[in-house]
Formats: sequence, C-alpha cells, structure tokens
Amino acid sequence: MFLELMIGRWLMEGDLLYGKLVRLTAEDPSVLAEACSRWNKDSEFLRLLDANIANQVSAKKITEWIQQDFDKSPEPLYLFGIHTLEGERLIGWMDLEGTLFPHGEAFVGIGIGERDAWGMGYGTDAMKVILRYAFQELNLRRVALDTFEYNPRAIRSYEKAGFVYEGRARGYLCREGRRWDLIFMGILREEWLAGCG
Amino acid sequence: MGIETQLFEGKLVRLAPIDHEKDPEVESRWTHDLTLLRALYRQPAMPQSIAQIKKKYEAIEKEVDESKKLFHFMIRDKQDGRLLGFVRIEGIEWSHGTSKLKLAIGDPADRGKGYGGEALQLMLRFAFSELNLYRVAAVVVEDNPEALKFFQRCGFVEEVRRRKAILRDGQAWDSIHLGILRDEWMAIHGKGDSSHE
Amino acid sequence: MNNSLLRGELVRFAAENPEVMAANFSRWNQDTEWLRLLDTDPPRLLSVKKWTEWLEKDLEKGTSDELFFAIRTLDEDALIGFIGLFDLFKQHGDTLVAIALGERKYWGKGYGTDAMRVMLRYAFNELNLRRVGLIVFDYNPRAMRSYEKAGFIPEGRIRGAILREGRRWDWLYMGILREEWLANGIMTS
Repeated sequence: MFLELMIGRWLMEGDLLYGKLVRLTAEDPSVLAEACSRWNKDSEFLRLLDANIANQVSAKKITEWIQQDFDKSPEPLYLFGIHTLEGERLIGWMDLEGTLFPHGEAFVGIGIGERDAWGMGYGTDAMKVILRYAFQELNLRRVALDTFEYNPRAIRSYEKAGFVYEGRARGYLCREGRRWDLIFMGILREEWLAGCG
Repeated sequence: MGIETQLFEGKLVRLAPIDHEKDPEVESRWTHDLTLLRALYRQPAMPQSIAQIKKKYEAIEKEVDESKKLFHFMIRDKQDGRLLGFVRIEGIEWSHGTSKLKLAIGDPADRGKGYGGEALQLMLRFAFSELNLYRVAAVVVEDNPEALKFFQRCGFVEEVRRRKAILRDGQAWDSIHLGILRDEWMAIHGKGDSSHE
Repeated sequence: MNNSLLRGELVRFAAENPEVMAANFSRWNQDTEWLRLLDTDPPRLLSVKKWTEWLEKDLEKGTSDELFFAIRTLDEDALIGFIGLFDLFKQHGDTLVAIALGERKYWGKGYGTDAMRVMLRYAFNELNLRRVGLIVFDYNPRAMRSYEKAGFIPEGRIRGAILREGRRWDWLYMGILREEWLANGIMTS
C-alpha cells in the first residue's frame, strides 16, 4: 500500500501534465468543439471567459476555428482539455498562447465549462499544472493572463496559483450598461521557483 | 467642431491611403532600422524586402476591408506628400469601444518635429469623434523612454506594467500599457479646433 | 544603436526581393565547387524562373521557423551571399546556422567571419537563443577556420557521411553557447 502510494506520487510528479485533481489532455478538435459548443449555451460562462460578443456558434464552426489555429500557427498550439482525475470528466480547456519565443512569455487561458465543477479547486490545480509545464518543459520566463474585474473567483484562483497583479486597462469592457476593468496578472520564473518549484 | 472639420488634415501632416507603388521602397528602408522595429513589435526584428512590404500592404487593406477592426493610415508631409510614417487603430472591440494604437515616424531625421504628435491627435480625434470609441491603448517597451514620454505628453496614462516581458540584448524590460479614455481626451482638447502640442 | 544590430565591419544583412535572390542563386549554383562546399544534395541547375517561384512561395508562407538574410558588403553594397537560421521558435533556444558566399572574389578575406559574428549577435541579443550550432564538411577547412575565429567549438563528427570524388568525408558539428559568446566579447553590442 505504502509502495503503491510512493510509486503513484512519483508517477504523478514525473508526469508533467498531471495535477492533484485534474490532468491536461490532447483532444481532437471536434471533441473539444462539441464540448465548447455545449458550454457556450451558458452566457454567464461566455461573458466570464471572453470579451468577444457572446454568441451561439455550432460545433462544426468551432472545429474549423481550432483546425485553422493549428494550421496557421508557426509555433505548436498548446491547447489542452482539462479532465478530472476522478471520473475522467472533460470539464474545460486550457491554452498557452501568444508568440512564445523569443521573449519566453505565454498568455494562459482557461475555461471550466461544467458549472458543477466551479469553485472546487479544479481551476487552480489546472493552473499549477500548466505553470509547471510552461516553466519546466517550454522553458518560459514568464506566464501572463488577463481577466475581468467582474470575475473575482478567477482572480482569487490565479492569486492562489502565484500570479501577481500588474495593472488594469480601465473601463475596457462594457456589459450590462456599465464599465469594467481588464485586469492583468503575471508570474515570473523566479517567482514560480521560489513559490512552488 | 462640426462635420465640416477635416478628419485627415493637420497643419504639418495628412493621413492618407497606402501608395502601393511608391511606399514599399520607403518602408522597406525603414525596416532595416531594427531599433524602430523593436519599438513597434514583439516579434524578432527582421528587415523586410520591398516584395514583403507589398504583400504586407495587400494584407493590411484586406484586413481593413474585411475585419472592420482595423484602420491604417499613412502619414504624409502636407507640403510635398513625402511618406513620413504610419498610424493605425487596431483590435477594435466594437461592443466595448476599445482599441489599440500604433504610430511610427520611419526616419529618425523626421522625429522630434511635431509630425508624430499631430498624427496622434488626428488619429485620436478620428477614434473618439468618428469611431465613437471609449478608450485607446498603446504599448511601449521600457527600453524606449522617448515613446513613453511621447504618449504621456498626449494624455495617455500608464495602466499596466507587464514585468520583464521583453528580453533583448540579454536584459529583461517591462512592457508598459498606456490608455486614454474619451472623456480624458475631450477634457484636454475640448470641442474646439484641432490645434495641439 | 541604429542599424547596428545587422551591421558588421565589412558586411550588413538585408532583405531582398525574390527575383533578386533568384538571379543570384541560379548563377552561384553553377559554381559546383561552391555548391559542394555548401550542400550535400547533387547540383541541379535550376532556372531563375524556378528559383523565383520557390522564393515567392516562401513569401506566401509568412511565418516559419527559419530566417534568412542576404549579405551585402558595406563599401560597395555588393550582394555576396546569404546566411540563415533553422529550427527557431522552439523551447530549447537552439538553432542551426548556414552561410554561403556565392561571389568567389570575397572568399578568404574575412567577409564570412564578419557575417557570422553579426549573426551570432542577432541570435543572442534579438532572438535570445542559448546556443548556435552548425554543420561543416571536413573538406572545407577555410570555413572551419572562419567558424573557429567566430567562436565556434567542434562538438563531434558524423563519420563518412559524404561520398564525393570517390572518397568518404565527415560532417563536423560545431557550436557556441551564449556564455562562451559573452565571454569572448566579440561584438557584444
């Protein structure tokens, strides 16, 4: 039993894409697209995630978009599905984007589409996994993100994962008749090493 | 200031369309100045051949025409029509009224003469009074203090500091985001005529 | 620091139109000694038209993981060769450099070494790479000496990989690390 635990922990530590609650996977564009199309029916999810006008798009169209991104990107596309370790459910997606090199920086994006998976620590766990991947496998120098003032759950989750507040674009969003700021956060390699290595 | 005010005419410069025949050679020459490229773009500074600029111009007009999120103008000397630089508003999110601005005076000998400042004001007037945008942002790298001062003089406020985001010559520099809101710009320039610093 | 990132003491790097490079490539390729110093492929004599098509296709491609420059002399602005980097924009910070001077009269005069130094500065200061590598054939001692002058260190050989003129020749791998380049102090802007 003890031996199994030891091996299990070693395996998890050894496998770059495993966290404590979730793992990151490669998904067929059509699988991810079908899930996204389903999740996008929830406009609160859409508006928490995206500044783009909330819209209803078919899985077919989303598949095309993902495929286009794959084809036209000069660097590999770091797009992952997020699966719970328990029950192996696809609950969301995660990506690293921007031109990663030569500056060694990526913007991370995350969306947990399954509402009943909100507030359970899956997002923070996934973020820890992607940070380890970014710093240990991609050798990046920093990881950045932007998020919305009206998404305090996300902001808390990012702080827990080690992100530092870096400023705000004032009044960037106009929704429900009022203005909201776009919040920028970032974590440097040295901060990540000092925090969780 | 009414409908009769000329949006594209200043005292020193004019905002003008691309001249596909004459401009590529001039802009190709500018791109051999890597300091300029580093001031404008995150991608590795890379000089462009005339043929590459021609293709870029075609892509720009296509994007202006199709995406509706971009306005790109050449800056010309009002006296002799000489190409001085370009200014653009890009990444327009119409539902939020947000956008990003880029401006370049290509030849160092043409800088510090008021061309850039006037072109910026013409572009901001266009953004706020014709496009009805709420905010315009600009991005500057910390190793370019002249650009930072240029935007601050015109009323831009520092909003975000992405720490050590840019790696150049073995040193890491912050990427600084500045923003100006329509109300702020109106307060500085009122509804009077277009004379500016 | 103005254009200096792409200027050396004898040469500068430039971006040229496809038809300009095509005319030169087509001409240079007829010098089979040059070609065999550069490339393991058998020489094919391609027309200017074919070269132009091929280079224009590159234009269409837009971004890729390679970068190329034309090499021009500072005094006469003569187009004497080209230099390029492969395998870029990956997480390892490593690249392969290739250089060729097509104009014979510029061989052995320091132009290649100068160009290589400019390229190293661009690789380390603009692309933020950790190392630069290259492959040279062991029947090209002039190039090997030039690379050593620019700071490259031999790293190994693939034995007998080339068969030309009835005998076997090695590929020589050479490399320079960022720390070594900084310590050398050659052209650290």
